[in-house]
Amino acid sequence: MHELGITRSVVAICAENSGGAAVKRVTLEIGNLSAIMPDAVRFCFEICAAGTVVEGAELEILETKGRGLCRDCGEEIALSALFGRCVCGSSDLKIIAGEELKVKELEV
Amino acid sequence: MCATCGCSETDQIAVTDLKTGDQRMMLHDEAHAHGHSHTHDDKHSHEHHSHAAAESGTAVAAARTHSRTIELEKEILGKNQLIAERNRGWLSGRGILALNLVSSPGSGKTTLLEQTILALKDEFEIGVIEGDQETIHDAERIRATGCKAVQINTGTGCHLEADMLERGLKSLDPAPKSILFIENVGNLVCPALFDLGERAKVTILSVTEGEDKPLKYPHMFRASNLMILNKIDLLPYVKFDAGRCIEYAREVNPNIEVLQASATTGEGMNNWYDWLRNSRSK
Repeated sequence: MHELGITRSVVAICAENSGGAAVKRVTLEIGNLSAIMPDAVRFCFEICAAGTVVEGAELEILETKGRGLCRDCGEEIALSALFGRCVCGSSDLKIIAGEELKVKELEV
Repeated sequence: MCATCGCSETDQIAVTDLKTGDQRMMLHDEAHAHGHSHTHDDKHSHEHHSHAAAESGTAVAAARTHSRTIELEKEILGKNQLIAERNRGWLSGRGILALNLVSSPGSGKTTLLEQTILALKDEFEIGVIEGDQETIHDAERIRATGCKAVQINTGTGCHLEADMLERGLKSLDPAPKSILFIENVGNLVCPALFDLGERAKVTILSVTEGEDKPLKYPHMFRASNLMILNKIDLLPYVKFDAGRCIEYAREVNPNIEVLQASATTGEGMNNWYDWLRNSRSK
């Protein structure tokens, strides 16, 4: 459950940047190769937000799909896991999307 | 008050890009694209001003009338990363080789460390930072070898974070040019996400575990520079295909180096010592 620590960081980032105003909405970007489960973050959010300026805020999570770039042939492929195989047979892939873990924006 | 959207004309809205530190004060007219004409002498400004109320007229939307959006684009693990980079600079300035040892519980990390210290303690100064949820057993085992050790107990935490290492470094005060082993909490998931400021992660996998662990826990194997396949003296007694395990590891991380060893019998340990000597001189 590292999502609890992650969600605590989310709440801390929001509190540091809201300028003291109550936060109405938090938008996160979580890549599906980031090892963070959006549902677990949703589960922890209310608990972590309690008693802070984030309490009661709506949580919006944008999930980014994984994509890899083959270092051998330059092909771009969709990835559902952190590894995969290009159509050319190579598994030497550079992850170009899916590892995002960001607080994108706040609405206050 | 602006009659069209209800915003207060005296609001000061700043849009701050936390990445660059740039702060932009926006003019009211800039923020309003809906063309109603009025002027505001005091330059209050806002971006992404919500006009939902004017569009839908619902109560929920009305409550949002005064909303503003702050664009952050902030890495959730940014704070950890910042401290990790500070640690890395501190270690590199002192010429210390810091390695983050990660594995499942029971892979033989502590035994491997004990043997490594006994074999190399006349050659290098070695320090150890031990991470465990509870007990100081491991640090005591390391101290018994005559090596400096500090224990960090994470309590319910399932991994070490960069600020914990920072505190550990202050307490251990490792010697310049030494080798520092950071024995992370036994866990193949979370420690992969938290950079501590180490030069490299070393994953230890024992042959009593499943050979498909690299596929099951790809983050860890992808984040590691070296995999040590430990307890190879037990290969005749277990159903573990070392070749297949290495193939899986390379599928997840084509650049991972692999060594096979038994910390108990000493088999293959010289290759690990050479790897350390090599990394130490880089």
